[in-house]
Amino acid sequence: MTRVFMRWLTRRSRIPPLLRLTLAIILGAIAIVALAAPGSRGQSAATTIPGGPASEFNAPTKSPDPPGAGNPTRSFPDSPALRARGFTLYQSSCSSCHGIALQGTPGVAPSLRGVGPGPVDFYVSTGRMPLDQPRSQPLRNPPLFNRSDIDALIAYISSFGGPPAPTADPARGDLALGFHQFTLHCAGCHQIVARGGITVNAQIPDLQEATPEEIAEAVRMGPYLMPHFDAKQIDQHQLDSIVRYVLWTRKPDNAGGWGIYNIGPIPEGIVAWFIGLTALVIVARLIGERMDEPV
Amino acid sequence: MNPIERYVHRRFARVSRSAEQRVGLAAGVRWALRYVFPDHWSFLLGEIALYSFIVLVATGIYLTLFYIPSDSQVIYHGPYALLQGEQMSEAYRSVLNISFTVPAGLLFRQVHHWAADVFIASIVLHLIRIFFTGAYRKPRDLNYFIGLTMLMLAILEGFAGYSLVDDLLSGMGLAIAYGVAVAIPGIGGQFATLIWGGPFPGNSTFWPRLEIVHVLLIPVTLAVLITLHLVMIMRQHHSQFPGPGRRERNVVGTPTWPAYALRSIGLMLAVAGVLFLLGGLIQINPIWQWGPYHPYLSENGAQPDWYIGWLIGALRLMPNWELVISGRTVIPNPFWGGAAFPLFVFAIMFAWPAIERRFTGDVRRHDLLERPRDRPIRTAIGAGFLSWVVIVFAVGSTDRIFYRLGVSYTLQIHVWRVGIWIIPIVVFFVTLSACRALQRTGAHPLRAWQGQVIQRTGDGRVEVLAGSPDRDTPPISEPPVGTAPAEEARSR
Amino acid sequence: MSPDDPSPVTRWGRLLGALVALGTTARAAARRGPVPRPPGAGEVDPSERTVPASPRAESIVAVLLLLAAVFAFAFTVLYIVLSGNTQLLGIAMGGALLLLAVACIVAGKLVVPQETHVEERGPLLVEEETEEVIHIIEAGGQGISRRALLVGAGGVAGAALLTATATPLASLGPTLGPLHHTPWARGVRLVDDEARPYLASDIQIGTFYTALPEHGDPEAFGAGLLVVRLPANFIDLPAARRDWAPYGILAYSKICPHAGCAISLYRYPTYAPTSQIPAFTCPCHYSTFLPGEGGRLIFGPAGRALPQLPLMVDGQGYLRAAGPFHEDIGPSWWGVHRSQS
Repeated sequence: MTRVFMRWLTRRSRIPPLLRLTLAIILGAIAIVALAAPGSRGQSAATTIPGGPASEFNAPTKSPDPPGAGNPTRSFPDSPALRARGFTLYQSSCSSCHGIALQGTPGVAPSLRGVGPGPVDFYVSTGRMPLDQPRSQPLRNPPLFNRSDIDALIAYISSFGGPPAPTADPARGDLALGFHQFTLHCAGCHQIVARGGITVNAQIPDLQEATPEEIAEAVRMGPYLMPHFDAKQIDQHQLDSIVRYVLWTRKPDNAGGWGIYNIGPIPEGIVAWFIGLTALVIVARLIGERMDEPV
Repeated sequence: MNPIERYVHRRFARVSRSAEQRVGLAAGVRWALRYVFPDHWSFLLGEIALYSFIVLVATGIYLTLFYIPSDSQVIYHGPYALLQGEQMSEAYRSVLNISFTVPAGLLFRQVHHWAADVFIASIVLHLIRIFFTGAYRKPRDLNYFIGLTMLMLAILEGFAGYSLVDDLLSGMGLAIAYGVAVAIPGIGGQFATLIWGGPFPGNSTFWPRLEIVHVLLIPVTLAVLITLHLVMIMRQHHSQFPGPGRRERNVVGTPTWPAYALRSIGLMLAVAGVLFLLGGLIQINPIWQWGPYHPYLSENGAQPDWYIGWLIGALRLMPNWELVISGRTVIPNPFWGGAAFPLFVFAIMFAWPAIERRFTGDVRRHDLLERPRDRPIRTAIGAGFLSWVVIVFAVGSTDRIFYRLGVSYTLQIHVWRVGIWIIPIVVFFVTLSACRALQRTGAHPLRAWQGQVIQRTGDGRVEVLAGSPDRDTPPISEPPVGTAPAEEARSR
Repeated sequence: MSPDDPSPVTRWGRLLGALVALGTTARAAARRGPVPRPPGAGEVDPSERTVPASPRAESIVAVLLLLAAVFAFAFTVLYIVLSGNTQLLGIAMGGALLLLAVACIVAGKLVVPQETHVEERGPLLVEEETEEVIHIIEAGGQGISRRALLVGAGGVAGAALLTATATPLASLGPTLGPLHHTPWARGVRLVDDEARPYLASDIQIGTFYTALPEHGDPEAFGAGLLVVRLPANFIDLPAARRDWAPYGILAYSKICPHAGCAISLYRYPTYAPTSQIPAFTCPCHYSTFLPGEGGRLIFGPAGRALPQLPLMVDGQGYLRAAGPFHEDIGPSWWGVHRSQS
């Protein structure tokens, strides 16, 4: 076996040199184009700002909105011991980008001072952070930390100030209002049944795995490229309702039968061709010719 | 013959005679009962389309009884909780009612929609069969044109049908259709305002207009064309594949009565049965989940039904070229992908019989079909052209591919803008060599398996244990009786 | 793939598909290939007729017909008892039809006589008959001396009549003026979808607002606006539009100038250096526009920039249009003006 492989490795190519050269050039060109082209998680140079806004604290371009006066907030455990553990975790897992004193690194990651607990909870508990590459799109992943580590990180980072984390109670929401508000504010990106979508250089997540807290946090802070919505634009009742609608999309009302993923006509076309028409072609195949031997 | 059968026979004979005394159709009926259908499964693809059309008419009539073509704004107070108190058009509300309050309404709506998807799919498959077997040649070229016209009408009909609902998805589709209509150079604005009764979203006469187009004008035209299609086939008789005893001047197959009629009725019932199972079990176009349309709303990942997929693909693939003369747009961008591209595809298909005649000089009548491999150039051109159109369909789902597989949207668009010109050429050459290889080996990729089970015995002999059914007999060294492909190729 | 996957349906569907595929394959494999005749077999007469006698097939057909009757009857019962259940109704009707289909096909193949018949094709063109038809038609014009005049006059009359009958089509739509009038003019307040006016102070950085004209028809094509606020470092408007964006608030038509979809994607980076600058994207064909640069197109098929609406803030702090759109909104059409940018 090994010998065969070695012989294969060392034997002289049967491809003529000229053709080989051409092939090498073509493959090389493809590789270069593929590397240079904007990848799914990369950005095209034309749409990226090189330096970013000059700011002393390397602040993020947008900051999370407070939940709004009188609206429920989410509390997280806090204690000096927890903060101390959070400090250790932060230094080992976050500081290389966000800086040893949360000041951020210009051109790499924003400052985390004053973001409050919401964004920390959102990014870390959905596994979006830590990120391998600063330029990658943070996507949902299995979380790296367990709940108590996340609480420690929250305790440490929110000790630098920031708005409290919002929360939402789907039980107080109204489904019809939620659908209406979702259509107006969210469906343009997340698809009308929250099945996710795209914008030109980023994937937009589906929301079937999102928890009420995550949805509330995302609405108020606008993770990655998402707009953030303050309590004037989406008030607490509307937020509760949107959350209720999003939870409903986990198991939407498929009165017509199997919902084929609720994303519209692409799966319908596939079913029409590969189930409907294929079944009928098989029928045609069975009756189209005479049976040779009658039973 | 038992007494009951004798009685039935006597009654039947008497009724027949009495009818004959009044209309005198026996000769015609005899001709129809003995009309011969050649046996081949691929000849039934058109029948699938015909029977889908019948299902469409039957379910469509039912839906018409409940649909209200009106854009007046109403507030919904029906059984569907998520739209309670929502403002919507009366048209959309009436379709919600069909789905939720009319008993069996949702079933009929879904069967109707599945039937439309399958109808157009079967027409396309039928067209592919016609093309690759050369069935469009004289004397059937005229009927081929009728078929192409019906395909165009069917696509329009489908689009009009799902647009009637006035949900978010169809509203976005209508907006794009309007965008393409106004983009027609010179007359676009006038043309679009004639259809919509004014600028988009149109005045309230637009909805009755759309309904009449969908339930009367196009279906009646289709019905007339189907009749013509069938009358012409019956006049010319079906074409057939070459085979034993089959010549250009005869037709070999099963007579209508009784075997073929039963099989064909069986196919009709199977079409209806499959469509009803799909309609009952697999959800299609859940309009209550899309919500009502307003011009300022849209959603991500909106897609048209599959047969419009090539237009959204073309609109996305097209670079942002517009012809602009001194600051004024002369040819707007959607014209290329939304109007010029489909018209070009249909123009090529309409022109093909003439193009082929011009190159082969073959103006004779042909009633025997050709196997795709026996006309390698035609088959390769067809496959290349088909791949060209299929790529554009694929581009219509680039957003879902990015979402699912993470392949960047911009990268996909840039790759396809090149690939659309390279892949068809590759397909052309691959098909060409495949045809020639098949001609040489005489293999039948669509029939059974082709291999041989062999065993090498101890002394190095090779022993054949089993052969494929087609290999049991020595390969035919001469073309099948009735064709003369080699001869005709020489006369080119 | 997604959590709503009702596995029973999928599983049964797959099972059914597999069975059908298996059956076809088995049949195809078991079938004898067409027996090739030796060359010169053109004279072979393929006609044959076999009269089957298969009581078993007959009873199968009878059973299938009765089963179909059961399903069809079930449809009526279900309709009365459980009118809302689309799935059961579909199975009942589909099952009845498919059982009938199988009955017909089995009957057509195994119960009735099987026959291969040869029919000769006559010529389509019979010279003498065609000649005769031409002669009869031409004979109808015997004795007419000024044939050309009559045919010409008839043609003119026909064309005129055709034009006359087609003219009323024009009343289908208005004749073309400026195509897309919008309700936007100087002083019109921006309101949200519940008709509450927007204050300039409502408009936050990093989000987008859908605005409609106060007292205007929200269903009009040009009614919808996208309103965003940008920090100064993202704003680079053409010189002529410097005062169109008070406090960094910008308004654009919501209708994509490509094919008329509503633009409802707004991306705004959390941290611009590692991601992207703010942009609008149309979800239909992904044309992407920069709000900070007068709606300039940076990707996609749109042929021109997104039309911008000049804004102003009144004494009470409300957002108002500072004028109409300076170019046509909506999809481009013949003669549409392009913006200067």
